[in-house]
Formats: sequence, structure tokens, C-alpha cells
Amino acid sequence: MKMRRLATAFVATMIAAAPTLADTLHFPSLSYRTGPFAAGGIPFADGYSDYLTLINERDGGIGGVPIRQSECETAYNTERGVECYQSIRGDNPLVLQPLSTGITYQLIPRTIEDGIPMHTMGYGRTSALNGEVFNWTFNYPANYWDGASVIINYLLEENGGALDGKKIVLLYHNSAYGREPIPTLTRLAERHGYELLTIGVDSPGQEQGSQWLQIRRERPDYVVMWGWGVMNPTAIQEAANIRFPMENFIGVWWSGSQQDVLPVGAGAHGYKALAMHGTGMDYPIYADMQRYVIDTGKQAGTGAEVGTVLYSRGMYAAMLAVEAAKKAQEIHGVAAITPAMMRDGMANLEITEELMAELGLPNFGPAFSVSCQNHGGSGAAMIQQWDANAGEWNLITDWIQPDRELIMEMAMEDSLAFAAENNMTPACLN
Amino acid sequence: MLYREAGDFKTNYVADSQTFPIKFDRYGYYFLLGFAFLVMPLIINDYWANSIVVPFLIYTIAALGLNILIGYCGQLSLGTGAFMAVGAYASYKLMTAFPELNIVFVVVFAGIVTAAVGVLFGLPSLRIKGFYLAVATLAAQFFLIWLFTRQPWFYNYSPTGMISAPQRELFGVAVTGPRASAVAMYMFCLCFLVSLAWLARNLTRGTLGRQWMAIRDMDIAAEIIGVNPLMAKLTAFAVSSFFVGIAGALLFTVYLGAAEAGEAFGIDKSFLVLFMVIIGGLGSIFGAFAGAAFLIIGPVLLKLLLVNTLGWPTDLAAHLEIMIIGALILGFLILEPHGIAALWRTIKEKLRLWPFPY
Amino acid sequence: MSDTLLFALEATLNGLTAGVMYALVALGFVLIFKASGIFNFAQGVMALFAALTLVGFQSGQVPFSHLINAIFGTKLHHFGWNMPTVLAIPATVLVMIALAILIERYILKHLVNQEPIILFMATIGLAYLLEGLGDVMWGAEVKALDVGLPKGMSGAVDDMTFAWFGYGFYIDRLELWAAGIAAVLVASLTVFSQYTKQGRALRAVADDHQAALSVGISLRFIWVLTWSIAGIVALVAGIMWGSKSGVQFSLSLIALKALPVLILGGFTSIPGAIIGGLIIGVGEKLFDFFMQPVIGGATENWFAYMLALVFLLFRPQGLFGEKIIERV
Repeated sequence: MKMRRLATAFVATMIAAAPTLADTLHFPSLSYRTGPFAAGGIPFADGYSDYLTLINERDGGIGGVPIRQSECETAYNTERGVECYQSIRGDNPLVLQPLSTGITYQLIPRTIEDGIPMHTMGYGRTSALNGEVFNWTFNYPANYWDGASVIINYLLEENGGALDGKKIVLLYHNSAYGREPIPTLTRLAERHGYELLTIGVDSPGQEQGSQWLQIRRERPDYVVMWGWGVMNPTAIQEAANIRFPMENFIGVWWSGSQQDVLPVGAGAHGYKALAMHGTGMDYPIYADMQRYVIDTGKQAGTGAEVGTVLYSRGMYAAMLAVEAAKKAQEIHGVAAITPAMMRDGMANLEITEELMAELGLPNFGPAFSVSCQNHGGSGAAMIQQWDANAGEWNLITDWIQPDRELIMEMAMEDSLAFAAENNMTPACLN
Repeated sequence: MLYREAGDFKTNYVADSQTFPIKFDRYGYYFLLGFAFLVMPLIINDYWANSIVVPFLIYTIAALGLNILIGYCGQLSLGTGAFMAVGAYASYKLMTAFPELNIVFVVVFAGIVTAAVGVLFGLPSLRIKGFYLAVATLAAQFFLIWLFTRQPWFYNYSPTGMISAPQRELFGVAVTGPRASAVAMYMFCLCFLVSLAWLARNLTRGTLGRQWMAIRDMDIAAEIIGVNPLMAKLTAFAVSSFFVGIAGALLFTVYLGAAEAGEAFGIDKSFLVLFMVIIGGLGSIFGAFAGAAFLIIGPVLLKLLLVNTLGWPTDLAAHLEIMIIGALILGFLILEPHGIAALWRTIKEKLRLWPFPY
Repeated sequence: MSDTLLFALEATLNGLTAGVMYALVALGFVLIFKASGIFNFAQGVMALFAALTLVGFQSGQVPFSHLINAIFGTKLHHFGWNMPTVLAIPATVLVMIALAILIERYILKHLVNQEPIILFMATIGLAYLLEGLGDVMWGAEVKALDVGLPKGMSGAVDDMTFAWFGYGFYIDRLELWAAGIAAVLVASLTVFSQYTKQGRALRAVADDHQAALSVGISLRFIWVLTWSIAGIVALVAGIMWGSKSGVQFSLSLIALKALPVLILGGFTSIPGAIIGGLIIGVGEKLFDFFMQPVIGGATENWFAYMLALVFLLFRPQGLFGEKIIERV
């Protein structure tokens, strides 16, 4: 098994990328700048690209080897995502970031076969936590189940440790993505005694009239949202319309960016969302970003989105990828790493607070470490709140830890079922 | 010069009514078949198979099916995406319920299930015509997709609502699942396509096809000369949905491997297949091939040109691609409403006479 | 009154206002179908395009900046000024008229005498073309549209119903405004078609192309006129829907909500579009309210179509459509 994978990876490497193998490190970006979800895809792709450009311009690449970027448009469509994957997989891609839960599910079996690491940060298949089954898939620093658990832990804290008799509505995007948190929230409901009501919104979700009438009738204590694209601003608008108390409305990290609240205007004031990283321009890295990327006209976008939530997320994803590449270089002692080496770098990644400060992003993301048994980091997240008057997101809590024991237990069940389905024996690759 | 028809005489009716009456065409066809079955498997690589050839084969099946309905029977349908979803979900349910069932039967049964659903949604066509029918088929599109995303039985209660195809083998070679090789996938789809195209060709030139065309050209007149509109329309829906269902089953099991109804089989898919039929040519088997080739290869070529060669941003290229597809559809409708097939017919006529066009 | 009845009443009211929003889109379809027999699938994309253009003017975006930047390597994005709404709306109207002229000159003129089905497909092509054009011109990011329309729950209705029933009904002020605007729109369209020369010519063409041509009415002018009016109606629909959930790609999908309205109301009747919209709006809200516990939510996606389908089986020409007469 292992030999075959290595062989496939090796062959795939040899066929297409022989000339460029030594001189560059290929970081592909599967972006979506078109289609119904373009509004979210654009800032992420720009942030990802800008950080890699910064590394090239400032440091001359990673360990002296320049980064080569490529971009492939998926339009958040799985078929185009597969086409993109096919077009880059022979080109020595170090790490894939599909930025779509649907595409992630498509690519998990393929990347396992081809030996290409995949990083799904804050999305994708949660049970990829178990690195013994999903050797090539990583979802640090946090996943959906962590997110759901962090929200519940936050609400527990707000309510003095008990949620008995409370009613919580989950408003979700009716897709693989939106349905992810349901099992966790159901399990947690048994434990904490709240009543869970799930309401789905079909993609794209610009009409939620009856869903919100239902919410208005049910009078829940809290509404938790797993939305994406136009569903977010519409939901926030509808919540403002029915005068639902905004501070009791909490979105996941994909429902908490500027694009989601700005169209609603003042009505969105007080809306909360998870934050798996910091946001805003108050980080030393932006001085370098300004100097090396924006002033030289090398930035990917218009520059207006710099510092927004999703831009920061793209930047964070690129930063984690670069750190993993550094780790891989350190482990293997070669500068021109291969996807297989990159995997080792990711599996042994360690992010400390000192490192974050050194990179110009103090307290931007949590400190965590990755191991073969745990591909998911710490799972901690913060809560941020929208201030419509100032037009900015404010972090209102410190890092909140999820209920990792429960999540690990659920992830083990799910991943072992996957392994059994595919006749795999869970084991670490080393 | 290409066509040398001197001496190519037919001495019996069988020879005269064969599919390719001109010798040159016939040999061209044999050559293509030979090339597709014997040469392609040797030279095809993963990228070509996965991003161009296999989707081309699958979409051609869908386009053949839709062409039977629209091009031959004149019933406009915008529900193709949903019928493909029926094929996909039927194959998923069959594969998971009967793990021992051979994959060929899975795909064929999925087609039969889709045919049944197609007949059900074809029933209104007996009373509703034209645009009204087009909108009625949208009811099928939205209702079926809702069913597959909202009723957990269809996706075996999986928490994410996605369906994924387990590995299945044929003669010991994996044809579905991530371990299936490009050649296996290609050959599997090719066999289906060739047999279905053969079926379509022979159905459309037989009694059934003539009934369909009579209904298309003028349904009341057809009824008066003794064509049973109930039978003709429903068989068209059944055969068309059978093809579309097989395409959906293949798309899911062989090509995608995992799917979600709303995203993979949305209304965009209905339009995509419709465009293939329009651009290729209504009422032509060759048109289905041409249209599918055009709309599968076109965007890839455009992407290669704009992004990889000119280095334009991917989003701009994608927007231009939508524009160009729209413009092409308009261009075809204005210049040649009968599509690439009609264009080809004109060229062929010219070639047969060339160099003496009298 | 029992709670269920109150809730159902509230759902009905919301259905009525939602129905007006559907009818706004459906109106554009009816106008074009009446005048030229074309079923214009691009109506939804026209609404998106109009809204995009309006926002672009308001915020002073450089059109095609992305394309220009890609070709010439420049860094253009904004003109650096903002246009007030009162100027931006007429400017957008001019763009929609220009669009109508272009559509007539380059597309419709060449498709005269084609079968309706070919024309229908041509409008699908047009929809793709316009969608791509809108993106290339103005970019695909989500934009907030604010023309000063009020949003949010209507306090007056809430207080009033609370005083009557002890339960305040929820109605969106934006949708109330939409109802008012739709009424004004229909009234002015009626006045236009009844009392102006061009309006009468329009009706003449709708009645009989040949006869209209022979009394000297320019068919091409009438087509430009119809498409311009449809463009303006699209702009109104785009403003209403865009204020609701921002201007971006999904806006074009509202066309799909208008189709069953058309079927119900008939393709040729303006009152039909309004009444069809109301029936669908109320029907889907009530169906969702009563069936939601039984079969799950989000039935709006298909309920309207199913209703239209069942309805068609009994009356194939729609509520107010002209009777279909078939001859050999």
C-alpha cells in the first residue's frame, strides 16, 4: 500500500514536472472568483496569494527556493474542482486547499492515491482529524465540530454553565457543508439539555422569509448559523427585520466576514461570529505587506479587501502552508521539497505564540501542534462581534477550547467507518 | 476528391437503408471505432481522460437522450439535471443495497428507474405544450432535487448528505472509486456510449422515431394519420430519460465518485445539456457528439489560452468564458439554427461534389 | 383567535407581499411576450445587470476595469467620485435603453420569423452573455445597494395587529414599498399603453404583427421600445431585490421564481402576472407553514412549480391567457 502510494507520487512527479522540480515550490490555489460564492472566494484567494508573494519578495522564497503560484478557477463547483485537480496534480503541488467541502470530499480518496497533501482549514471532512486513516488530509487549526462545540461552550459560559431548557435553532446551508455540525450539536444537546431545532436553507439562500417566520414563531433563545455566500447577509437582514436580538445570533467563521454584515447596515450591529484567527490591520505584518506587495503593485486584488476577515483567513492559510514547508525542509534537509516531504512537514507542524509574534502576527492564531494522531490542531476559536457604527469586528473573548474528547470520539467512529469501507488499515506514515 | 462514389451502387434494399450508405463514411466510421477502442486506450493519459474524454463520453449520452426528446419528439425539457440525479441516486441505492450486483447492471437499472420517473413527469406533456411544458419540467427539476437533498433515505442517512460511490470491478479491473485507472474508466464509458448511440440511431430511423418526428412536426396532424400521441410522447420521455439516467449514473459512479444533488445536478446541468443539443444540432445523432465535444473541450481550450498562455486572471477568463458561450449560442442560432450537424451536412454535400460542383 | 390561525394569517400576509416581489419580475416577461411573442429567459439576468450598473454608477466604478487592467497592465478601479442616486437611476435607464437597441440590432433582427422555441433558446444565450458581461464590466464581488428605501419590520403593522389580536404581525417595510411601487408601475404602464401614440402602436403590434406593419408602424422601433420598458421594469425589480439581499450573481435566479407566476397568470396578461404572483406567494408560504412539520422545510423551491403544473393540467393557457386554438 505504502509503496504503491509513494510510487504513484513519484511517477506523478516525474511525468509532468521534471524541469521545474528543483527550482521552485509549487503552491496551487483552487479559487473561486466567479459564481454564486465569488464574494467569499475572492478575498480568500487574494490573501493566500499576497502572503506567498510577500514571502517571495521579502525572503526570496522558502529556504532560498522561490514559490511558484498557480491559480485554478473552480466556481465552487465540484466538477471544475476535479478538473483543476487533474490539471495540477502532475505539477508537483505541495499542498491543496480546495476551499469547498464538496470538492474536499471528492479529492480525499484521490489525494490518498496520488500522495498529495491537502489542507482544509476550518472546513472539509471533520474526521480527517484522525491522521492514521486520513494520512494526507489535514484540518488544523479547527474544524466544524470544534466550531459547534466552541459556540456551545461560549453559550454555557454566558448562561452560568447550564443550558437546560434553552432552545437553540441551527440555521444551515443545505449542503454537505451546512449539515456538518448537526451530529455534534445533537450530541451536545443530549449532554447539556437544550432543545435543538434545525432549519435548512437551500442554496443559494436569498429567500428565507418562511424560515425566519418560523424562527419568530418558535422564539428560540439563540440562533446558530452555518451559512455561506448570499445566505449570510440575507439571514442577518431577516434577523434584523424580525428584531431578533443580534447578540443571540452567532455564525460560524464562514458567516462572519465584512461581506456578510455590510449589506445589512446598522441592523447588523451586535451580530456575533466565530473567529479562528484575528482580523483587522493591527498586525506588524501589514507594514511588510504594504512595502513589498501593495506599494510595488504586486497584490492580487484591488487592495480594498486587505485586512478583512476572509483576506486574513487566506493569509493565515498561506502562512501555515509556508511554515509547514519550512518544517519539511528542516526534517528532510533539502530545500526543494516534494509533496511527500511536505506531508511530513504538515504532520509535525508546531505553531507557538513566539513563532506567531516573530512572523508579525502576534496572537493572530492559536498555538497548536499537529501529530499523526491529531491532524486537527487545538480546535480553539474566539468569538467576534460586529460593530456597525465603527464598521469593524471586535474580538470579545479569548480562545475558547472545544469539547475535544467528544469530538475525537465522534471522529474516530466516522474515520474508522471510512477505513472499513475502503479496506484501509489505519496506520501512521513515517 | 475525398468522396469517390463512382461504382458505389446498391443492389438491394438492405444495403440502401443502412446507416452509412456512402462507402467513405462507412470506412470513416469503422476507422473511428477502431481508433476509439484500440488506439485511444494506449495513448490516453490521466489528465485527458479525466478532464476531457470521460466527461465528453458521459455528456454525449445525456445529449443523445435529450436530443431524442427535443430534437426528435419536439418536447422541450429543462429537467435533464434532475433526471441525471435520479440515475445517480438510483445507482447509489442499488450499489449500497446490493453490493454483489455487477456494475453494468447497476447502471442499466439506474437508467430504467430514471425512465420510469421520466414517464411520470412526461404525463403532463399530453396536455401541456411548448413553453408551458418547459416550465412544467422545471417542476421535476426542483422537486426531485429537493427530494434528494431533504429526504435522508435517498442518501442512506449519511450525516453530510453526500453520496459516494464504492469501488466496483468489472473483469477484475476497478472501474469506479479512486483506484480506477483512466483507461478502465474510458473503456467502460465508451462501451456504454457506443451501444447507446447504436440504439438511438436505430430507434430514430425506425417506426418509433418516425412517430416521434410526426408528433414534433405537427402533433394534431400526426394524430389524424394514426400516430398515438400518448404512446409516442411517453416512449420519447422513457427512452430519453433512460439515456439521461445512464449518463447520470456514469457521471456519479465513474467520473465524480461523490456527489450532492443540489450542487452536481442543478439547473445549470439542465442548461448545459440543452446547449449541447442546440449547438450540436436538433434531431441529429452526430449533433449530440458535436455539441458535447464543443462544450466540453471549448472551455478547457479557452482556459488554456487565456490563463496559461496569456496569463490573464482566472476570474476574468471564467467571466469571458460565460460570455463567449452565450455569444456562441446566439451566433449559432442566428447563422445556423440547426447547429454543427447542419454545418457538417453542408460541408459534406460540397465535398461529395468537389471539385465539380454541378 | 387560536395561535395557528394567527400564524397562518401572518404567513398569508407575508405571502402577499412576497408575491408582489415575484410579480415585479414576471411583469417584464409579460411585456416582451405580448409585444414580440418571445419568452425572454434573460429577464432575471437583465435585473441583475441593471442593478450592477446602478451600483457601479453610484460608487463610480470604472467599467471593464478588470479587463483593461489585464490587457494594459494598468491599475484602474474607481473614478474617485460617487454619483447621487437621482442621477444614477436615469443613467442606468439610458444603459438599459442602449442595451435594448443593441439586442434588437444584433440579435432579434436576425431571428425574425424563427420558431418561438429558437427565440426562447436565443434568450437563454443572451442570459449567459449578459451575465458574463455584467461580471466583466463590474466585477463579481457582492455589492450593497442602497437607494434610500426603508427596510425592516413595520412597527405600525406590528403595533396595530398586537392591539387587535395580542400578537404582532411581521411585515417587511421594503416589501410594502415594493407593493406600492408595483402598483405605480402597473398604473403607468396602463396609462402609457392606453393614452400615448407609442403605447397604442405597441398594442397594435401585440394584436397583429402583419396588420400593424401595413399601417406603417415600425416593428423595429416597437421592439426597441418593448425591450427598453422591460429593461426599466428589470431595473425596478433589481433595485427591490438588490436592496433586500445585496447585488450579486444569485439575483439572476429570481427569474426562476417568476416562471410559475407566468404560467399561472398566463403569458400575455399584466393583471394575470400580479394575481399569479399573489397566489404563488400565499400558496407557498401557507404550504410551508402547514407541511413543514410533516415533510420538512424549503418547499418553496418546487411548490410554485407543482402548483403551476397541476393548474396547467386543467387550464393549459393559464388564468388569464388567451385560449389556445389548434389548427392543422
